[in-house]
Amino acid sequence: MALEKIQLDLVAPGQEILVAFFRDVSASASELLQKQLFARNPAFEYAFIDATSIISRAHLLSAVFNAVNAAATDSLRTPNVHSEIVISLGPNNNISDAYRRWGIQAGKTSNLIVVKVLPTTSSESDPSSPIPSSPEQVWAHLKEHLQGATATPLTDDELSKTTDWAAKIRKYYKLNGVPALDAIKDEVAKRKEMERMVIMAMALREL
Amino acid sequence: MAVSSPEGQGQFPLPKILTYPSSTPPTLITQGAEGRVYKTTHLDPSRPCILKYRPPKPYRHAILDARLTKERITAEAHVLARCAREGVPVPAVYATDPRAGWMMIEYIDGVPVRQAINEFLGKRPETDQEKVAAEETDNVPLIELLRRIGATVGGLHGTGNVHGDLTTSNMMLRPFSTTIAAEGSKARMVEGDVVLIDFGLATQSSSEEDRAVDLYVLERAFASTHPRAEKLFQHVLDAYEKSFKKAGAALAKLEDVRRRGRKKSMLG
Repeated sequence: MALEKIQLDLVAPGQEILVAFFRDVSASASELLQKQLFARNPAFEYAFIDATSIISRAHLLSAVFNAVNAAATDSLRTPNVHSEIVISLGPNNNISDAYRRWGIQAGKTSNLIVVKVLPTTSSESDPSSPIPSSPEQVWAHLKEHLQGATATPLTDDELSKTTDWAAKIRKYYKLNGVPALDAIKDEVAKRKEMERMVIMAMALREL
Repeated sequence: MAVSSPEGQGQFPLPKILTYPSSTPPTLITQGAEGRVYKTTHLDPSRPCILKYRPPKPYRHAILDARLTKERITAEAHVLARCAREGVPVPAVYATDPRAGWMMIEYIDGVPVRQAINEFLGKRPETDQEKVAAEETDNVPLIELLRRIGATVGGLHGTGNVHGDLTTSNMMLRPFSTTIAAEGSKARMVEGDVVLIDFGLATQSSSEEDRAVDLYVLERAFASTHPRAEKLFQHVLDAYEKSFKKAGAALAKLEDVRRRGRKKSMLG
């Protein structure tokens, strides 16, 4: 199973964080998932993230951490923790912008990250329920709707292959013309510094 | 002061976030008038961080207290973000929860500049008139550090921010990624990037007055923390002068501040 269970430090107990990374997602699959998401079908309550807007695990997981913390402290700005993960990736509170930039785009998103936060306490999982409530059910559900896509390990290495630095990261987080970045010549060091600034922009989103 | 388990907190209850499971137990590092500083981790053990927690003050009205706490966390985070963009070495902000009263920032490796300078000075013979000539060359690595301090403070002031509590305890000496001085040499003790920390009293200001007060506070703190290096403080100011355009004006103002002291208004 290519569904990874993530253990994040300082997250309230009683929930499991599951992630998966799919490449070669078909246009029809991304259309269907976005449609179900927008219809608020509870069976499709996931954070669907376009991987080209993601730098690394630390980038993605910072958003997950912020969203899960918001849920634990009753300060969600959006309907649920999954939508909160998407908006947590942005540097401001513009929800539609966040969905357009980090969310799944029908027909366009071919590299897709899926995050599911599952409560561990309430599960007398009913196999007949259409809402996946165990990691196994989540994985089966995703595989069913992402046929033909390639399940890929969610590593920094794999993520870096799909990151769109110029058109997405630099633009979305306003990193062009930042003196601290322009001063760095080494490309690897520059990207590390960009990741640092992106996480900082997300941390300051609500301030 | 290490705390072996979240339950093992003697004096203070932990902020709620630190009671949650973590790969490394939180450690209380310092406590100040406003809050407490813990070492913990962000996401996983590869990201050590500092959690600055401002607990609710029972002596303040709850609504006012919440607002002040939020404003202070916001102000500190904004100054850090602005410095980071401008390339002034400061800790990155990892996460904030102003309602819960905490902010997670990057953990900076190394020792406080205060400690590095004192260890460097400690290795030298006590003030000895005959050694004066030799001292000048001995001091070269220390002088280089003082110049880096001046350049960093100038960089900060150049961003339109002042620190509010500049001391050699509020600067970390983060080891260079590739070391220059020989292992075990005295020069090694004062090698590293100067990283400014604790922006709890920082404010946005581009006034010569505020910059001069920042320098004055540092000068006074330096003289009392490192009396044996007091005469070398001028190197901080020399490097500061070259670090940004308006530095000269701030240094001119420093003369006034020295004559009258830190407070201008004589109120409060």
